[in-house]
Amino acid sequence: MHLHRDHGFIHPVSSEITPQSLYEGRREWLQRLALIAAGTSLGAFAARDARAAATPTLAPLAGVRSSVSGALTMEKTTAREDATSYNNFYEFGSDKSNPAARAHAMKTRPWTVTVEGEVHKPRRLDLDTLMKLGAIEERIYRLRCVEGWSMVIPWLGFSLSKLIKAVEPTGNAKFVQFETLADPEQMPGLRSRVLDWPYVEALRMDEAMHPLSMLVFGMYGELLPPQNGAPVRLAVPWKYGFKSAKSIVGIRFVEQQPTTSWERAAPQEYGFYSNVNPNVDHPRWSQASERRIGEDGLFAKKRATLMFNGYEQQVGQLYTGMDLKKYY
Amino acid sequence: MRRSLRSAAVGSIGRPLAKAIAKPIAKPIAKPIVFLLALLPLASLVLGAAAGTLGANPAEALIRGLGDWTLRMLCATLAITPLRQWLGWPELARFRRMLGLYTFFYGLLHFLAYAWLDMSLDLHDIVRDIGKRPFILVGSAALLLMLPLAASSFGAAMRALGAARWQRLHRSVYAISLLALLHFYWMRAGKNDFAEVGVYAAIIGLLLGWRLVRRLRRIRRSAHERNNRVHAATPRPRSTEPSA
Repeated sequence: MHLHRDHGFIHPVSSEITPQSLYEGRREWLQRLALIAAGTSLGAFAARDARAAATPTLAPLAGVRSSVSGALTMEKTTAREDATSYNNFYEFGSDKSNPAARAHAMKTRPWTVTVEGEVHKPRRLDLDTLMKLGAIEERIYRLRCVEGWSMVIPWLGFSLSKLIKAVEPTGNAKFVQFETLADPEQMPGLRSRVLDWPYVEALRMDEAMHPLSMLVFGMYGELLPPQNGAPVRLAVPWKYGFKSAKSIVGIRFVEQQPTTSWERAAPQEYGFYSNVNPNVDHPRWSQASERRIGEDGLFAKKRATLMFNGYEQQVGQLYTGMDLKKYY
Repeated sequence: MRRSLRSAAVGSIGRPLAKAIAKPIAKPIAKPIVFLLALLPLASLVLGAAAGTLGANPAEALIRGLGDWTLRMLCATLAITPLRQWLGWPELARFRRMLGLYTFFYGLLHFLAYAWLDMSLDLHDIVRDIGKRPFILVGSAALLLMLPLAASSFGAAMRALGAARWQRLHRSVYAISLLALLHFYWMRAGKNDFAEVGVYAAIIGLLLGWRLVRRLRRIRRSAHERNNRVHAATPRPRSTEPSA
C-alpha cells in the first residue's frame, strides 16, 4: 500500500474510510456494548440475589452460644446462600442444585420422630416436644464432605445425648441408628436407585453420647431450610458430612452394628466410621486437602484437611488403639 | 427390502426437508457460524466464573462443564458420518474436522482446569493422582490418544501420512470414545449415579454400532462378490434366461 507522507503526516487512504452507516450508528453500538457489560455485571448480582431469594427466610430460632469444648470454631462462617444452594440430598436428585430447587414444598409440620429399640422408654415424639428436650444452643461447626469440599455452619440445637438420656437405653444398646424420611410423593430422587431407601446412618453409642454430636433444628438464626434437612437433622462434625443424616423420622437403638446406606452402596469406599482423616485416602482420591466453599478463590491452592476435621482434641480418645485405616 | 422402505419414507417428507436445510449448511458462512456456536459453551463457563454465577463451587462447575462439553463434541463428531448417510447431506462432511478439533480443545481445557484448579499445577501431585485414580488414568489416556489425531488434522500431515495410514490412525477415535465413557462411568461409580453415563453410552453405542454394522455388511458383500466371481469363472450350462 502506497502511503503518501506529507511533512511526516500520513494521509489516510480511501479504503480506511469508515462506512457511513457504521459511523451514523456509532452511538447505538456504544449503547449496545454498555448494555452487555452492565448486563453481565448485573447478572452477577442478580444470581447471588436469586440464590438468596430462592431460599426464603424462615422462622427465627434463638440459641445461646454453646460452651461445649470445640463447639465454636473461629473460622469464617460460610455464606448462607452457599450453604442453602449447594447440597447433597439425593432424595431430591443427585445434582447439588436439586435440593434447593425441589425441596421447597417439603412438609415439615406435623413431624414425628419415632424412638424405639433397646430403650426403656420408646416414644413417638412430635417436633415441639423433641425441641424442648434441651436448651437450644448455637454452635459453629466445620462440615467436611467426603467429596473434598467443606463449609462452616452455625447450627442451632443441642447435644444428642439429651435425647438419649431421656429415652434410657438398655445395656444392649451398642449403636444408634437414624432413618431419614423417604416419601416418594415429595421426593423425586427416590425413583433413582443411587441408594437403597430410606437413608440409614448410625453411630456407635459413645459417639452418639459425645457432647459434640448434635441434634439440629436450625441454622443461621432460623429454622432449617428443607434442602438442609428440615425439620431435624444430625451434625457430627468430625465425620464426613454424609454421616449427619437429614430430616430424621426414626431413631433406633440396636445391639449389632448397622450397615449404613453408603456402606451398602459402596463398602470399599464408605465405611461405618468415616472419620475425617487426611492420612486415609478414599480408594479413588486423596483426602489430604479440601476446598472451603466461598473462600480461597478459584485459583488458590486447596487447604489441608485436619485430623478428625480439627476435632481431634475433643474426640480422639474415642478411637485410641483403633486401626483407622482398617476401620475407615 | 429395507432400503426401499427407507427411500419411500425419505422421499415423501425427508428429502424435501433435508434439501431445505442442506442449502444453508452448504453456504460458506455456515463454517464460521458453527465455529462460533461451538465456542459458546466455553464463553458461558468463563463469563460465569468471572461473574460468580457458577454456584458455590465454581471450580467444580468449570471442570465438570468442560468435561461435559468434551463428550458432547465427541458425539457431534462421531455423528457426522452416519448423519451424512441417513439424511443424505454430504455437505456435513465439512464440519467433521472442526468438531473433532473442538473435542480435543475442550478435552485439553478440561484437563487443564483439573490440573490448575484442583491440583494447583503441582506436577508431582498430578502424576501421583493419575497413578492413584483409575478414572483419571483412562481420561489422560484418552487425551493423549487425541494428540496425534489433532496433529494430523492438517493438509501437510494428511499428505505425509497418505490416505490409508491417516484413516487407520483416525480410527483410534473409537478407542478414545470408549476410554472417555469409562472415565465418566468410573467417576460416577463412587456415587452409583449412572443416569447421565447411560445417555452418553447409548448415543456413542449407536454411533459406533452403525459403523460396526456397516463394516459387517461390507464384509458380507465382498464375500458375496468373491463367491459370484468364483461361480462365474466355473463353466456352467448356458441357459436361455437373461442374467439377473
